[in-house]
Amino acid sequence: MNAIPAELLRIIIGLVAVAVSVGLIGLVMVWVERKVAGHIQRRPGPFEVGPSGVLQPLCDALKLVGKQLFMPNGADPILFWLAPVLSFLPVLLLFLPLPVGDGIQTLDVNLGLLLILAFSGLAVLSVLLAGWASNNKYGLLGAARGVAQAVAYEIPLLLSVLAVAFVSGSLDLAQVVKLQGTWPWNWNIMTQPLAFLIYIVSALGETNRAPFDLPEAESELTAGFHTEYSGMGFGLFFLAEYANMVVVCSVATALFLGGWHGPVLPGPVWFVLKVSALMLLMVFARWTYPRVRFDQLLVINWKWLLPLAVANLLLTAFFVKLAQFA
Amino acid sequence: MTTSQNNDHLAGDFYTQNFAKTAKDGNLILNLGPQHPSTHGVLRVVVELDGEYVMRAEPILGYLHRMHEKMAEVKTAAQFIPNMGRVDYGHALGWNWAFVGAVEKLADIEVPERAEYVRVITCELNRIASHLLWWGAYLLDLGAFTPIMYAFDDREKVLDILQIPTGSRLTYSYFRIGGVAQDLNADCIRLIRAFIPWFRSRLPMYKDLVSDNIILRKRIEGIGVIEPDACRRFGATGPVARGSGINYDVRRATPYSMYPKLDFVVPTSELKDARGRYDVRMIEMEQSLRIIEQALDLMPEGEVLVKGAPKPSWKVPKGEAYFAVEGARGKIGAYVVSDGGKNIYRTKLRAPGFCNLSLFAEVSKGTILADAVAILGSLDLIIPEIDR
Repeated sequence: MNAIPAELLRIIIGLVAVAVSVGLIGLVMVWVERKVAGHIQRRPGPFEVGPSGVLQPLCDALKLVGKQLFMPNGADPILFWLAPVLSFLPVLLLFLPLPVGDGIQTLDVNLGLLLILAFSGLAVLSVLLAGWASNNKYGLLGAARGVAQAVAYEIPLLLSVLAVAFVSGSLDLAQVVKLQGTWPWNWNIMTQPLAFLIYIVSALGETNRAPFDLPEAESELTAGFHTEYSGMGFGLFFLAEYANMVVVCSVATALFLGGWHGPVLPGPVWFVLKVSALMLLMVFARWTYPRVRFDQLLVINWKWLLPLAVANLLLTAFFVKLAQFA
Repeated sequence: MTTSQNNDHLAGDFYTQNFAKTAKDGNLILNLGPQHPSTHGVLRVVVELDGEYVMRAEPILGYLHRMHEKMAEVKTAAQFIPNMGRVDYGHALGWNWAFVGAVEKLADIEVPERAEYVRVITCELNRIASHLLWWGAYLLDLGAFTPIMYAFDDREKVLDILQIPTGSRLTYSYFRIGGVAQDLNADCIRLIRAFIPWFRSRLPMYKDLVSDNIILRKRIEGIGVIEPDACRRFGATGPVARGSGINYDVRRATPYSMYPKLDFVVPTSELKDARGRYDVRMIEMEQSLRIIEQALDLMPEGEVLVKGAPKPSWKVPKGEAYFAVEGARGKIGAYVVSDGGKNIYRTKLRAPGFCNLSLFAEVSKGTILADAVAILGSLDLIIPEIDR
């Protein structure tokens, strides 16, 4: 047994657990989203397959797997198929440093936050590749939008996360959570409300969720960067979108909402509850708001979020320094 | 990109290539449609894009041409009425009325008073259904998925009501030369009376939840400004013209039927943009409710079809006549010329959507692609009507 280091074993088990849970989360989220959308729109949502239609996503997934994989004429075959894989694989890595409970963490690394931010940057590459390699004008427009949007929204996201890191003095997510307390007034959201707001808005932009779903704006660009993808090619983009949602919501939970802390119930339950609440918020936003225009999206970012995030960061740094002297 | 593969299919058809001839180098030629989610059917727009800016746009028609005017030449007048329900599926009764009205004018047929009121009521109900359809689809264009479900919920109620007298839900052929096919029965009138307060209570909700939403306002305010002068040049009518401040409504400009007896206002907007057209349509739905309410109270008892109404074999008197009504999209006109035979010699239909669409090329110039879609939607186009 000494041949396999314990840490490696831990990572492998963790990766398998992550892969399984990402798949499961994807299925559950499809059902939740369709059900919530249904009730918002005064209809029942899926209800035929299984009780309340819980098996509907399984049928959808089976259908997607069974579809013919189609590649348009003139597309770059390698890049075309690389894109969906590239959109999905880094997401698995993002789950590694997430602290679900006290000590329940696949990869205990003191730069966990950095790891997440670095790998989430890869998502934009897959959007660019997908749009470029499809040899489709809508795809190209979608990709151009996606890149501009992701580059823009990464900055306020980073700045708002940094503000919390300043307060905690650590980039380790578990450490950040440990410094927060059981009750809501012990959480970072009380000291960093502005950073939380900026984070949530930027997260919507980062994950390409409505009202910021411009790279795939279907009324303008049919389906944007994934116009030409069928079957599991599309399925992987779809799964990656939900997995990305889980990651940004988990990070928000760990940074701002006290992570696993909470009264009575065990830690992981609290963590999952908080993440679910944030995800529901994102689902509600999608089904209740119109889509913003592309230039408006960038205006929100460059003229509002970025200056606010910088001001917030400077203010935080000032108070952290002040506290050190005191 | 691999160059070894054949990319000829990307060069496009005759229209695209002709359009591309005058395009600036490096600009992207994009075909919106004929299958595109926001062109509502089979409209095709070729656009020249510089980045996301629309340099030029050219609508290309003909994908839904069904030769309605030719069909009018080979059918008797009564046989042609079902065609009118299929010209514009949004406001089928308006088209019914335009054609029937023109023939009545030509043959000098007096329509019973009750029939006139029935026409007003059903036509206004149809207008509400049409505006609701537009409202839902327009918000879908702007990326809001939910309003269309609420709109269709309301529209469903209207369709349920109209189903009783007309027997169909979308492509009505309800009007007859000299009246209507069937009277509104007690059940139908009860449903209409119940619908009015119910729909009135819904409109404020739509205003609160949708019309005043900040994202929606930013998307449509100041977008697609159409000067009144341009409206006149292109012959735009209906909410498009009224949204640009032109107070022109056929119901008031050339009064017909019972409209002079009814009290309603013609909403106009000085905004001239997509918001103006949006507001006009929202107010028009309220006004339609007012019209229906009054018409129900004023409606006398009596026949709904004139005695000795024309049979299918009826010979249309020699002469010509033009009759126009206010449709949901503007002025619907029918011009009929008869040489005294069973078939009308020539029927010319004036579709408001055709004139409204012709504004698009001018208005969309220099806008962002997303705005171009917002402008296209604000013109409320029904493609079968444009192609006929």
